[in-house]
Amino acid sequence: MVLPPAGKKVVVSDQSAEEITRVEELSYELKIADVMSRDVFSITPDMPMHDVIEHFRQQRISGAPVLSNNTLVGIISMEDLIRCLIASDQDAIAEKYMTKKVITVRSTDPTVEAMKLFVNSRVGRLAVVEPDGKLVGIITKGDITRGLLNALQTDYKQEEIRRYRASHLFEDIESDRTSLILRYNIKVNDFTHGGAASTNIKKALLRLGANPQIARRVGIAVYEAEMNLIIHTINGGYLRVEIEPHRISIETTDDGPGIPDVSKALKPGYSTATEEIRELGFGAGMGLTNIARCVDTMVLDSQPGKGTHLKLRIFLKKEETVGEGWPANKES
Amino acid sequence: MNLQQIIDQLELTVLTEKKDFSSIEPTSGYTSDLLSCVMAGAAHGSIWITLQAHNNIVAVAALLETCAVIITEGSMPDASTISRANKEGIVLLSTPQQSFPIVGKLWEMGLRA
Repeated sequence: MVLPPAGKKVVVSDQSAEEITRVEELSYELKIADVMSRDVFSITPDMPMHDVIEHFRQQRISGAPVLSNNTLVGIISMEDLIRCLIASDQDAIAEKYMTKKVITVRSTDPTVEAMKLFVNSRVGRLAVVEPDGKLVGIITKGDITRGLLNALQTDYKQEEIRRYRASHLFEDIESDRTSLILRYNIKVNDFTHGGAASTNIKKALLRLGANPQIARRVGIAVYEAEMNLIIHTINGGYLRVEIEPHRISIETTDDGPGIPDVSKALKPGYSTATEEIRELGFGAGMGLTNIARCVDTMVLDSQPGKGTHLKLRIFLKKEETVGEGWPANKES
Repeated sequence: MNLQQIIDQLELTVLTEKKDFSSIEPTSGYTSDLLSCVMAGAAHGSIWITLQAHNNIVAVAALLETCAVIITEGSMPDASTISRANKEGIVLLSTPQQSFPIVGKLWEMGLRA
């Protein structure tokens, strides 16, 4: 995340809002209470500075809050220690060298508030206090980093769990024949979303635990079929993918214009794409050839004036099965 | 050879988010501007060199899991294409040079088809 320079106002455009990363989201989701240190070593105002130095050294800390009757009265940091050492004044009490103006935050604030204060103030730690001034913790940049890393790790674990659950989908549901059907409406000329359905289908397959080679083959076949609907139809079409443990079936249906000569359309390099479409890199005449290469069976049914129906199937071997639900009656 | 060395040696501009390019090792190279040919020819983990810059290159690169796309002749993808690439984790690189010298230099560096 790039934080703006101190004092400079940044307008968040739609574009930059789209690019907000997971870390930025987390910095809003996580509260200071989630990342701060609670068991904080504190000192009293009358503690001699040489004791403070010794505590810092032994506990390997670089700052501590100063409490008087449980109320925060100051904070001592390395900088304060250095000032004391330069003055050779180690017998003085903490009160003399502590920073009295302490920057505080609330435990219920989002972590991003603490991040802003760190950027703008150059302090190393912030005191976390209750509305009545009682200290509940300390937050450092290190606490934030640790908190964000932990949260990201949890995210990662959750994705693993989702993947695990999805991969057991077929095993967990009992029926004579279980399948998962994904449906997409593809709009004509919608190049902006071109490839979205195939990308989503590939992700779904990987989440279901499909073999990456199978996911790639399905991805390529669906992409070409999807682009055919976008480029060549009158009203777009309908894409349906049925996932079963032993088979993946892909179908596209549209209502026109239909292919006048199917055998010609199947010839590598033959294309009816316009010059405009070709400039975008489509219309190589390789779409159906690519599909045929990626699937086990392909049936192309087309009637000029009526529409086209493409049916594709990929058969999975037992070791390539999606999920864990290989049917008992289909020992490979 | 890693992607960082390629970026440095070919003086490529990185259009997408910075990441640790030195840990990315391209497996091979592929060049074509026809997306269906790329679909058929580009290997997993390869570098794809093209002068196409519209948003469909991201879908193709994501489906094939190419490690980077080098966009030649100074073609510029629009902001939505770049943000889509960031979302899919695709590296987009740009150069004012034509595809031929870029491919030649990659070959000289030891990258093969």
